[in-house]
Amino acid sequence: MTDQTTLDFVLGHANYWLFTVLMMTGLYIVVARGNLIKKIVGLNMFQTSVFMLYISMGKVTGGTAPIFPADLNIAPDVVYTNPLPHVLILTAIVVGIATTALGLALIVRIREEFDTIEEDDILVIEKRMAAEDDRLHGEAMGGRV
Amino acid sequence: MLVVTALAIVRLRNLFAVTMLAGVFSLLSALLFVVLDAVDVAFTEAAVGAGISTVLVLGTLALTSRVEKPSSHTPVLPLFVVTVTGAALLYGTLDMPSFGDANAPAMTHVAPDYLKRSPEEIGVPNVVTAILASYRGYDTLGETAVVFTAGIGVLLLISGLRRRREDEDEETEDGKNDEGGVY
Amino acid sequence: MRHHLILRVVTKLLAGTIVLFALYVQFHGDYSPGGGFQAGVIMAVAFILYGIVFGLPKVQQVLPPWFVHKMVALGVLIYAGTGIVSLLLGYAYLDYGAFSPHHPSHGQHWGILAVELGVGITVTGVMVTIYYAFAARPARLSDEEW
Repeated sequence: MTDQTTLDFVLGHANYWLFTVLMMTGLYIVVARGNLIKKIVGLNMFQTSVFMLYISMGKVTGGTAPIFPADLNIAPDVVYTNPLPHVLILTAIVVGIATTALGLALIVRIREEFDTIEEDDILVIEKRMAAEDDRLHGEAMGGRV
Repeated sequence: MLVVTALAIVRLRNLFAVTMLAGVFSLLSALLFVVLDAVDVAFTEAAVGAGISTVLVLGTLALTSRVEKPSSHTPVLPLFVVTVTGAALLYGTLDMPSFGDANAPAMTHVAPDYLKRSPEEIGVPNVVTAILASYRGYDTLGETAVVFTAGIGVLLLISGLRRRREDEDEETEDGKNDEGGVY
Repeated sequence: MRHHLILRVVTKLLAGTIVLFALYVQFHGDYSPGGGFQAGVIMAVAFILYGIVFGLPKVQQVLPPWFVHKMVALGVLIYAGTGIVSLLLGYAYLDYGAFSPHHPSHGQHWGILAVELGVGITVTGVMVTIYYAFAARPARLSDEEW
């Protein structure tokens, strides 16, 4: 009996666990990798796992896709999957690609300014630029350099 | 399969291969969406994830570089962060309703209402379209506006419209006329 | 891509078919999976495919950038305008019952059609705009480097 409940519990939650693992893989890429394009890919992966999480929450056992017969004669015993998450995620996917494109555009501009898309190199260059700024500012204010 | 693809994306440093694998990842997730009865979503994901996003990333690669440098940091801290976050999320899922439960909270509020009312009120067989365009029309208007804004943003960032105006800064009138004519 | 004969022929065959399919998805979205978002993306894919194989100038002859930029704004305008029209007819914003007071569900049909059209136009416009923006910049990598 207890074994049965445990098994049910594991099977009923394995989908969440799978999506958590995928989500964390995406997060790891975003945090650990310095390449900006790789970061965007990781972010996309994270996003897709969140989509899958939502869609799996809307699934009903024995349900079918939420599209009625064309004549709208709905058999009373047919179970339909929850359409609400589908609507939310559908729009989110298209918004996601639009924002991804914005991110990629930023990367292209960064590459033109800094001539690199590695985070470490950009940090080094920015530090050098900040030091240069400080020096110029100090000179302008009449301080000793 | 999804996990294997994801791990391969983490390991590979050739960005071209990473892009291709990201496309494969999208396609696999589209398959998963079909299995989960979300045909509309699967449709979108297949077209967007495997089609447009791959093209865009490849375009960016052509404008930047195609090999990632090896990271200089140790992966210990990121791994720690990821493990802690993952553990917290896993702990959170223990309270979730089990998969396919028809009595889950997500199933009991507006969703059955939409399913029941949309045949009479909207008369459109595809409930997803009915909710998208009618019940949640404001929401979709907002999403369209976001897509619009992102498009404008990309245009401003990299299409070179701005640079042209800077070049013709002295002759502002001409610049403006020019722009109005071309775009 | 001048030397890829098979790619060029297949693309010529496919581009029209993809546009047709996009229109089907757009206007049949009430009855089957599909709608403005998907149709917009698929429509854009047709032009992007054409652009990749035949080069940017060719596809910009078919769909000039100024037209695409207008499409981006036009879609949102159609969507918001639908709401304004229903306001002017004395109903709430985006209440499609306004378009057919005696048969509210007919009005809903019209409203959904108009709104999805707006979404489709904007999404097509944005996707093609983004592609043009990326493709118009000079590439750093030559074909051999891939």
